[in-house]
Parts: sequence; structure tokens; C-alpha cells
Amino acid sequence: MALDRTEVEKIAHLARIALNEEDIPATTAKLSGILELIDKMQAVDTQGIAPLAHPLETTQRLRTDAATESNQRDAYQAIAPATEDGLYLVPRVIE
Amino acid sequence: MHEKTLAQLSQALHSKTISSVELTEHYLKRIEQFDGALNSFITVAPELALTQAKAADQRLADGTATALTGIPLAHKDLFCTQGLRTSCGSKMLDNFVAPYESTVTARFIEAGAVTLGKTNMDEFAMGSSTESSFYGPTRNPWNTEHVPGGSSGGSAAAVAARLCAAATGTDTGGSIRQPAGFTALTGLKPTYGRVSRWGMIAYASSLDQGGPMARTAEDCALMMQVMAGFDSQDSTSVDQPVADYSAGLNDSLKGLRIGLPKEYFASGLDAATADAIQAAVKQFQALGAEVKEISLPNAGLAIPAYYVIAPAEASSNLSRFDGVRFGYRCEHPADLTDLYKRSRGEGFGAEVKRRIMVGAYALSAGYYDAYYLQAQKIRRLIKNDFMAAYEQVDVILCPTSPTPAFKIGEKIDDPVSLYLTDIYTITANLAGVPGIALPAGFANGLPLGMQLLGPYFSEARLLNIAHQYQQVTDWHSRTPAGY
Repeated sequence: MALDRTEVEKIAHLARIALNEEDIPATTAKLSGILELIDKMQAVDTQGIAPLAHPLETTQRLRTDAATESNQRDAYQAIAPATEDGLYLVPRVIE
Repeated sequence: MHEKTLAQLSQALHSKTISSVELTEHYLKRIEQFDGALNSFITVAPELALTQAKAADQRLADGTATALTGIPLAHKDLFCTQGLRTSCGSKMLDNFVAPYESTVTARFIEAGAVTLGKTNMDEFAMGSSTESSFYGPTRNPWNTEHVPGGSSGGSAAAVAARLCAAATGTDTGGSIRQPAGFTALTGLKPTYGRVSRWGMIAYASSLDQGGPMARTAEDCALMMQVMAGFDSQDSTSVDQPVADYSAGLNDSLKGLRIGLPKEYFASGLDAATADAIQAAVKQFQALGAEVKEISLPNAGLAIPAYYVIAPAEASSNLSRFDGVRFGYRCEHPADLTDLYKRSRGEGFGAEVKRRIMVGAYALSAGYYDAYYLQAQKIRRLIKNDFMAAYEQVDVILCPTSPTPAFKIGEKIDDPVSLYLTDIYTITANLAGVPGIALPAGFANGLPLGMQLLGPYFSEARLLNIAHQYQQVTDWHSRTPAGY
């Protein structure tokens, strides 16, 4: 399935990825090529076949609903782009 | 010293023929001498390595050493290492120093192994050539005009050039086996869930699996003994006893039933690779194995299914990279959406952006059933093929790649062409079965690889079969010229 520029811009927005104007034509062509590759599976009749999400088909292991982690806020925030008073700083959204 | 295998180095360390500090210094010098031309390391950690080597020598002296104590290793740069940069080959994580240690690397530290550094890789493990790294491509030591394969190409090149004794890799669609095949190494992708994924930066969670990359099957067995095992921190880790991977290496192959999938020997397979596999078949027959043709009828659907499932999972896993809590943040964002979009647009490379977008598309309203659900159904057909095959044979023998290592730049602008290089490896990831790649010959100076695929948790048997082959062949003991 070939994508057009509008669809690529929409997907990029959904994925929260900014594309440079000059990259859009090549991205459109390459994404269309990939979709053409994966479209080959549409011809397969899979009626009655159950999807397989986990190779071993095991169920998610559960644990007791109890806090086990210690507070490591300082360690985690040491690698943040910007913090203040134990909070993550992001750009002002509302002036 | 670097000519020795990991097993031989372990003996030398335990017999005090050499100290870990001497061995570590030797490898650090080799990295300094050779890695400029190969670019197999993103980060070299001499201070950490020598500190660990001194501690290893103490353990070797006081009798608490394991088989891995004092062995200099390298780790793919997606295993989080506390205090040492983990970049995942991406500008996004160029400044990321994890505040925790992955289970795999923690187990190596506990065993007393030495960390020389972190190896180059395709960005976020998305690639088959190690050309998509933010830190530039890695070169194949067998011919530096060629790729070492990917995404664990840095680990492959480092081991092949004898810059470390062995290394870790990860395999989502063939990323251990394909580079092992391109560089004449032995690499094992374990059963899904056998090796903990905790602290491995996730690409496609239902496919990713860590494993060893080394010179021989015997070395991979020693690595697996440390890497494998249940981990309560990884909800996909399997709670099963770990085999003694070295114990059965010398078992006879008499009566072993090997299957050759006819779909893997169709058009597109390089003639020299096909000849090498046929020669290997004869070797296995001489060792007592029985060989028969089998069929994996849905193998041709693996690439389309993989390129829906893996990007879908990647689009979810990589949503955490938003420029807020860690990683790259764009400058002067106008608002929160601009912060997300430009941080991700500037921080991710082209292939990562493409796969996130394919994943977002496949999961979006109106397309979910046609793409994601259909791919998961095809995944079951592929698993069923393997289960039916293992009723007839014990293992499956096939090439690792359709061709030997291709040239740097040859496929990088054509993603579909690059994706097709994983055509023989991806099925094992979709089904979750283990596979081992090992060298089977050379053509024009470039290695040719073969792989053996086994039923779930048959790693010990795969290592045994590979080891027996390596007792009667010498492909694995050849060294690239100049190293």
C-alpha cells in the first residue's frame, strides 16, 4: 500500500516525531516500500487461527501487591535534562 | 594471549600462567591499536576493567574464582551498566548513564568477569549491518570494506579481531546469529525467556533475547552458564532449572536427526553458502547423524510478520523517549508537543523513526486487524511449522544469511533489501525457539555461516552438536589477517 505525504505527516504526528521538510519525500517512499513488503501477508487465509502474542504462551506472572522498591529519586533525576526541588522541569506550556 | 579461546584463558588464569590484570592490559592495548579502524567499541572502560581485574586476581588467589573470573568481556551497548554509559547506539541516549545494572551484566560481575567496554550496534538494535549507529559504522575485520552484520556487529567485530575474549549480544530477528555468521564466530540465541531481559533496553519485547558471542561452542557454554536463569525482576523470565551447558559437549551425535528445510535452499541463496552447508551435512553424517528434508511451509511469511510485530512493539517501547526524564532534549521547545516531536525527531536516526512510524501505523484505528492481528496469526502458523518439524527431527540445519557479509553502504538506502538479509533467522524469534550460528566455510576471504535451530530449551544439545562439528573442522579457529 503506497502512502501519500498527508498520511506520512499524520503518522509522524501520531508517533510524535518531527520530520524535516526535505526528509518527507524519501520517508514516504521508504515507508511505502515497507508496507508493500508487509502487505504480502494479506493474501494468507488465517480464519480460525488464534493469534500468538507470546512464544511460550505463558501467562503474566503476578506478585503480591506490595511496594518493594526503595526511593531512588536522586539517582534517577541525576540523569534528567532539568530538575528542581525533586521535580522534572519541562518547558512552560501555559504562559 | 589473544589467540586463546575463553576456555583456554580460564585455564591459564586458574593455573596462574597469567594474571587477569596482565590479560586485561593486553586486550586494552589491542583495542587501542586496532579499534580505530574497526569502530567496534562505543565506550572503552580501562579504569573499571583494571579495578575488576585486580579483584579477579584476588579471587583467583583465594580460591573463590569461577570459570569466568578474570576473563575480559565486552557488552553490547544496550545492557544497562551502572556508572558506565549505555547509549544503545543512539544520539537519544548519548549521555545516558544508567542508575542500575542489567541482570545479565550483574551476573557477569558476580562471576568475576571483567568489563572492557560497551560495543557498537545498530541504533536501538534496529538493523542488520551496524551502519545505523549514531557512532558510525563498525567494520568487519575479515574485510573492512564489508559490514560485520548487525545489530550486534560491534560485539562480533571485537571478538573476531580478538579485542576481547567473548561478548554479549542480543537477537530480535537474528542480531546474534547473522553477525556471528558474517565474522566466523559462534553465537547462541537462547529460547525466549531463558536469559533475563531486565536492564536490556527493549526493542521488541516478545522477540528480544540476550545471548553469548564467542569463538567456539565451548566458550558459549561457559558464557551461557552465567547468563541463563530465572529472574523475578523480568516478568517474561522462565522459571526452569538451568542445564549444565558444558557437561554434554562431548556427547556422541550418533542417531541425531537433522532436518534441512527445503524452503531455505530455494532461489536467492548464495552458491558458496549452499555448498558450505552441503559440506557440513556430510560432516554431520560422518559423525553419525541422519539427515532428511523437511518443510517449514510458512517461512516465507516471517519477514512480513516480523516487520509488523517488531515495529509495533518498538513504537510502544520507544514512547518512553520523550525528552522529559532522561536522554536527548531539543533546544527551546515551543510547547510540550513540540518538545516531544523535536526531541524524538532530532534524537532518533532514520531507521528508528521509520520503524516507530510503521508500528504506529500498524496499530492505528482501522489497520490493527489487517496488520497486527494478521501478523500474530501468521506467527502461530510459523510456530506450528517448527512444532511439526520437531516431531520428525531433533534439530534443523540451515544457512544464517543468504549471502556472505555485504559491503558498507551497499544496502543502507534500501531498507527492504536490508530486511531480507534476516530471512533465515527471523522465524526462530517469532517462534521463540533457540538457535546457534557457527562458521561453516569461507568464500573470497569472507566467512560463511550456518545455524542449527532446536526445540524450546535445547541449548545444551545445540552447543553439543556445534562443539562436535568444531572438533572435526577448523573454520572457527581461523583469525582475520593482521589481528
